[in-house]
Amino acid sequence: MKESSDFEFDDLQGLLRFGYGKLTDTSFMLLNIVNADLAKKWLETAPVSNAVAQDPPPETALQIAFSVEGLRTLGLEESVVEGFSDEFIVGMAGDESRSRRLGDVGSNGPPQWKWGGNAVQVPHVLLLLYATRGRINAWQKTIEGEYFSGAFQLLQELPTLHIGDIEPFGFPDSVSQPTVDWMQRQSTDTHERDRYSNLLAPGEIVLGYRNEYGQYTARPLIDSRKDKLATMLPGAEDDPSLKDFGRNGTYLVLRQLSQDVPGFWQFLDQVADHIPEKREQLAAAMVGRELDGTPLVPAHIPGISRKEYENDFTYDPDPKGNYCPLGAHVRRSNPRTGDLPTSACGPLDRLIKILGFGQRPDEDLIASSRFHRLLRRGRTYGPVLAPKDAIKPDAPVAERGIQFICLVGNISRQFEFVQNAWTMNSKFDGVQDEKDPMLGNREPLMSGESTDHFNSPDPSGPMRTICHLPQFVTTLGGGYFFMPGLRALKYISALPANRTGSPS
Amino acid sequence: MTPQSGFMIVAAVRDGQLKDLRDLLASMNNLPGHADPDNELIPFGKFERVHFARFVIIEARTAQEIREFGVTPRPWRPALAFLGDIDGDMQTFLLELIERAEPGLKKIFSHCEGFSEENQDLLGWMNANNINAGANYVNWIGRTVRQIHEEAALHRSLSIYLPKIADDVGRENVRALRQKLLSYVEMEKYKGRLTLTPPEPTPPEWKMRNLLHMIGIPLILLLLSPLLLVIALIFALRLRMLERSDPELFIRPSREHLAELTVQEDQDVSNQYSVFGDVKPGPVRLLTFKFILLLTDYVARHIYNHGFLARIKTIHFARWVFMDNNHRIFFASNYDGSHESYMDDFINKVGWGLNLTFTNGVGYPTTRWIVKEGANREHAFKYTQRRHQIPTEVWYKAYPGLTAVDLARNSRIRQGVEIRQSNDAEIREWLSLI
Repeated sequence: MKESSDFEFDDLQGLLRFGYGKLTDTSFMLLNIVNADLAKKWLETAPVSNAVAQDPPPETALQIAFSVEGLRTLGLEESVVEGFSDEFIVGMAGDESRSRRLGDVGSNGPPQWKWGGNAVQVPHVLLLLYATRGRINAWQKTIEGEYFSGAFQLLQELPTLHIGDIEPFGFPDSVSQPTVDWMQRQSTDTHERDRYSNLLAPGEIVLGYRNEYGQYTARPLIDSRKDKLATMLPGAEDDPSLKDFGRNGTYLVLRQLSQDVPGFWQFLDQVADHIPEKREQLAAAMVGRELDGTPLVPAHIPGISRKEYENDFTYDPDPKGNYCPLGAHVRRSNPRTGDLPTSACGPLDRLIKILGFGQRPDEDLIASSRFHRLLRRGRTYGPVLAPKDAIKPDAPVAERGIQFICLVGNISRQFEFVQNAWTMNSKFDGVQDEKDPMLGNREPLMSGESTDHFNSPDPSGPMRTICHLPQFVTTLGGGYFFMPGLRALKYISALPANRTGSPS
Repeated sequence: MTPQSGFMIVAAVRDGQLKDLRDLLASMNNLPGHADPDNELIPFGKFERVHFARFVIIEARTAQEIREFGVTPRPWRPALAFLGDIDGDMQTFLLELIERAEPGLKKIFSHCEGFSEENQDLLGWMNANNINAGANYVNWIGRTVRQIHEEAALHRSLSIYLPKIADDVGRENVRALRQKLLSYVEMEKYKGRLTLTPPEPTPPEWKMRNLLHMIGIPLILLLLSPLLLVIALIFALRLRMLERSDPELFIRPSREHLAELTVQEDQDVSNQYSVFGDVKPGPVRLLTFKFILLLTDYVARHIYNHGFLARIKTIHFARWVFMDNNHRIFFASNYDGSHESYMDDFINKVGWGLNLTFTNGVGYPTTRWIVKEGANREHAFKYTQRRHQIPTEVWYKAYPGLTAVDLARNSRIRQGVEIRQSNDAEIREWLSLI
């Protein structure tokens, strides 16, 4: 059996394996390339961190990702670019149909974005700098080195601020993460995946490996007989005659989400008749976790305290949402479903289930989770504001939110699906008139049906409904990036000069 | 119970008229690909019996793919198809259509071969150009448009009323709550604000035919079974050989093509889907396809007729239609959710069923024993289904904002109004639906 040290961690950017949680200070820089030659020179020596575990852990880290325009500007051949997915090539804001799917309409619409909202505004390069407390400025200086200022133009430094392990509304952040099955020990065969598992095939997160379908996600492959430079790239597992530009790389989805913290808590305070316990209960119902991160589904194994259930649970014991509402944010973002609605006992039972018999009308409405997981690496921004202060009418106004980052192998099946079919879907799991209570825009449907409710099923009978939820989260910017493996980075920095300067 | 039926009127578009026709059809829309219910040509919203309707210009965009099989593509002239899913029988519907929209229909069909705007027998022409489906799927046989609207109004009305009384009556007091709701419904009905029309009697002729179909098909199969078993064995081996030798096409659809399709999608909670392609060459493939569709039609009619098609609960109507003398296949569906989730649902929940039918279509990813792999080759499958998809010029849905799951829930709410629940648990369940 292979050990996890066999994995090519030295060719992966570290973010794929680590959240760099100890490196609390960050600088996320959006850059345009003004001189491709200098940019490549800088890239050649840039100390990009790999995913090999270090002891002691590093005190700084640097990660780099490119938009499609960035790759073109650096001289990547169009034939290579065409190997990327359409979502990446067109971009997050490049197509109105996509914006509609993502819920980026109304006040979330790209025309209102602070960055990335149109083709001209899409940054070429995203630099992610991480350092221990107080060291970020020094690290930035070290990184920039001699070519940086001639190579790049800083479009914007995205705000980030460490406020502990919570997001601005006050809930613990990034509790649920998939565990990448680096050694591919878990079968992807649907016969063995009835139930939810948190292990995820590496191909769902890293390009060049088998995904949950047991397949290789499409990515740029290069024939090294035609492009000698490509000999430095790893080979493609599924086609040994070709070199794999995508291998050990990943798509990075970045979205700046502004959070109206006083708006959220003041609304809840008012609905809760200013009773603190009720207010927190409501907030917990919307999020799907209590303020300390405890999930709302009941502990169903005797003798284990609920504390340990932080991530070790599914919604199977709560099909109607009596404990955790069906539309709660964490339930929408990861419904923790398996390939079958309930485990099959025996081949006959499996057949009956596959044929769809014996189900309640409101059962089995959600896709299997494993094809729609995200590895999240976001960071917060804006000053911390505790709920008890947020409810005060004079709560300090400030820009607060999250620089949402997720890493995926397939943008449309993972990020866009979660955003569209789960988060922004007013019909998710049969719910009525509601979108994600936290993330959702409140745009009504074409038929005029409202989507600004939040329903908590109640075992005693009628649902408890909150109406006219204001929008709490607004998209301020976003983009799709490609975060290459380290050999692919070397390939980019070695691209011949004569190819540069002529995008598309 | 009023059974549903479908129509599909198809005619080749006259040379040089394609652009005019497209513009004319676009004039019926208020959003890309979405009909304005009150449009002047065919005011769909005025028809009480139409669930879904669409105009598609069927073009053979993927006609060249069959060359991979060493077969020269057959010529195909772009054809206009007008199809829809309706309550009751087609003949009376066509008459209603002519009555309300004769000028509009004539204007549209005048772009077609064999139709002259003056002195044309419209009914005769439409009948002559109607193609019956090889298989048909109806989410809920017997649920009419009128019923859908009435039940949606009932749900809306109750969902406004219930929160108003819940706390006063007491949430635990479910019997009193039900009593209040039932009285409220009676009052609303009396005031004319709610109607719950009882179902029409099932047409005896349909009942008879349905029964004959239900018994007849298995009976014939049973009688032929000794023969079929022998043939099946040979067929299975032959099919397996074809599966191994058929070329696998891995062609990515162009971004222009995708943009043309996606601009029509996700304007509302449901979407339309039209695909067109070639049947793989040879009698084995065609016979397999026909046999599988015969079975599909049978199970759709007699088994999967109340809210689900295997594990899929998001398809309202679907149909498979052979065209061009069985050389080509057209598939149309009306489904809930986005295209990506429709396809993922297909792959993960009913990939086997999809493989069974479409493995006989050119460009479909390689299957093993006709149920394995296929759709599970994610990229190949997603590419091929998008590549073969064609834009729908005009699409009409009679109940925007409502999914098939919504419709089923609304029917259960209505049922609770008409049939008293026997215990508190059932009452609670009913109340929780509202």
